[in-house]
Amino acid sequence: MPEGSLQDLRLVGLTKRFGAMTAVDDIELTIPSGSFFALLGPSGCGKTTTLRMVAGLEEPTTGAILIGDQDISRHKPYKRPVNTVFQNYALFPHLDVFENVAFGLRRRGVRNVKQQVDEMLDLVELSGFGPRKPAQLSGGQQQRVALARALINRPQVLLLDEPLGALDLKLRRQMQLELKRIQVEVGLTFVHVTHDQEEAMTMADCIAVMNAGHIEQLGSPTDLYDNPSTVFVANFLGQSNLVRAQVTGTDSDNLLLNVQGNRVVVPRARSRAEGTEVLLGVRPEKLHLAPASADATPAANTFTGTVLDTSFIGVSTQYVVRTAWGQEVTAFAQNDGRAALVPPGADVVLSWHPEHGFCLDASEDLTAGVVIDDEADVRPTAGART
Amino acid sequence: MTAAPTARIASPTGPASVVRRKRGRFLPYWLLLPGLAWLIIFFVVPMVTLLTTSLQTGDPFNGYSLTWHWANYSDALRTYHAQLIRSFEYAAIATVAALLIAYPLAYAIAFKAGRWKNVLLVLVVAPFFTSFLVRTLAWETILSDNGFVVRVLRDVGLLGANGRLLATPVAVVCGLTYNFLPFMTLPLYASLEKIDPRLVHAANDLYANSFTAFWKVTWPMSMPGVVGGTLLTFIPAAGDFVNVQFLGAPQQQMIGNVIQSRFLVASDYPVASSLSVMLMFLILVLVVVYIRRAGTEELV
Repeated sequence: MPEGSLQDLRLVGLTKRFGAMTAVDDIELTIPSGSFFALLGPSGCGKTTTLRMVAGLEEPTTGAILIGDQDISRHKPYKRPVNTVFQNYALFPHLDVFENVAFGLRRRGVRNVKQQVDEMLDLVELSGFGPRKPAQLSGGQQQRVALARALINRPQVLLLDEPLGALDLKLRRQMQLELKRIQVEVGLTFVHVTHDQEEAMTMADCIAVMNAGHIEQLGSPTDLYDNPSTVFVANFLGQSNLVRAQVTGTDSDNLLLNVQGNRVVVPRARSRAEGTEVLLGVRPEKLHLAPASADATPAANTFTGTVLDTSFIGVSTQYVVRTAWGQEVTAFAQNDGRAALVPPGADVVLSWHPEHGFCLDASEDLTAGVVIDDEADVRPTAGART
Repeated sequence: MTAAPTARIASPTGPASVVRRKRGRFLPYWLLLPGLAWLIIFFVVPMVTLLTTSLQTGDPFNGYSLTWHWANYSDALRTYHAQLIRSFEYAAIATVAALLIAYPLAYAIAFKAGRWKNVLLVLVVAPFFTSFLVRTLAWETILSDNGFVVRVLRDVGLLGANGRLLATPVAVVCGLTYNFLPFMTLPLYASLEKIDPRLVHAANDLYANSFTAFWKVTWPMSMPGVVGGTLLTFIPAAGDFVNVQFLGAPQQQMIGNVIQSRFLVASDYPVASSLSVMLMFLILVLVVVYIRRAGTEELV
């Protein structure tokens, strides 16, 4: 086994311009060997172009791609220790499943092709499908063939370009777990490109959120979700309630904020903002909603408001609450049976633990990265809005 | 109580709807009728006539009668086997030449032409706007003894001082190749154009260089076009007589010329018919063997 850190994939100042358009803008990235890494972003953010440059199907304008300390950025695609699972699988329609999977081995003149292909078909649970043509397989099965065809070459890096995009929701969920299992089993570096934040969070150890050609934030799924560093990330990964706030002071560990007359405390470590104007963010499920009562003590980290809409969706209930100053915020409540449903029109108190708030730079567009429709491919980005 | 609804349901399936359903069932056959009539008049009847004529004996002055004279075939073969073989040779050479010219052309139009694609396709078809005869006559001028091509070839020494192109096999094969080139190009283009370029990327990604990717992906996937194009070129080329007439000499006579002169000049209908039948039969056998070997039914 090669030493882990020696085979890391590194992108150094990687840039790609198409005419006047900069698709990928000076990216610096180290992808640790053996990790499941996701490049997440809306369409047009440059994630696929980045992937194609690593695969060798696109030539970088400037910058370098290294595996270990070997610069592969000018190598032909067929000379790179990298294989790709293409978006629409790109299976060879004139070859059967066996020959599709064997394609890479045959090109490299490897022996015992049959044994290796059979093992690989076993791994993706397609044993016995060897003599079939790709057209005779379902979408999920074609996806597995595409995966087997790339994996059998034991590349140092496996690239997956929206590999589950063509599958229906249920199959996608199933394949997410399957992909993760296979990655753990074979221990190769997977670089996965997707616009689906849930897909990225389910599978990846580490996610780079991309927007308009650069990386917005890099980290583990929990890290990105709990502590987003930009409005784009806060909105693109899950939902966020963002309100404008003024910094009124600090104590040893905390920032003291004023939100329309409400006192709010946020740990200083959870602030990415400078200056006195900041954006306070809280995830909807972190907001605790309780009916307003007479003995309300003006505690820190509470807003009062009125319920506008109550949608019961089984495991949870989604509330839209208008705050005292007229902004709409969203709160999710688990239906664990401990609290009754709050009807629209009721006055409520929203509260949250200080550890669950975060502060972002106030100069950012509040709607950056907002996901309008979960199923739609086209999503507005900060760039598209301004 | 149960009878009433049954009766109501039964009423729409009365005599009227039975007639309608019957007519519906026979409708496809009625639609076949015009095509069927056409085939009977212009294919079955001539075929029967041809086959019976090939077994007749007699002479042009006293007329021919059906005597089941099978020796017409052996006589024709004995006299004209050279022309028959030559036809297949010329057609095969012209087919290979057309494939070698048309494949890069179709490939370029399909993958590299960009917005010029439609213009180039029109240019491929453009020769059809003038008649086959006129185009072949144009080649007679191009290859003529005091034409530009012959002069240049003499100057560079590829032809002797009195060397010529007209009335040589080269001219005939050139004419055949030229005349059937669009029939080769269009099917090739149609099947190349359907190939997803991402498949070539996938092959590159799987350690195939451009050359291997072509042989393992593009070429096999274009086989329907190759088979279609070669058939569309080979079959008419084997029976052609125009190119020899304008560009060749009696030494290059093909079986088409023999049939034409037997029919129209010598009025030797039985021999002309038996040659036609043999040509048709040989082409049919070759085509069946070729399609079997090429295995096109596997390529969807």
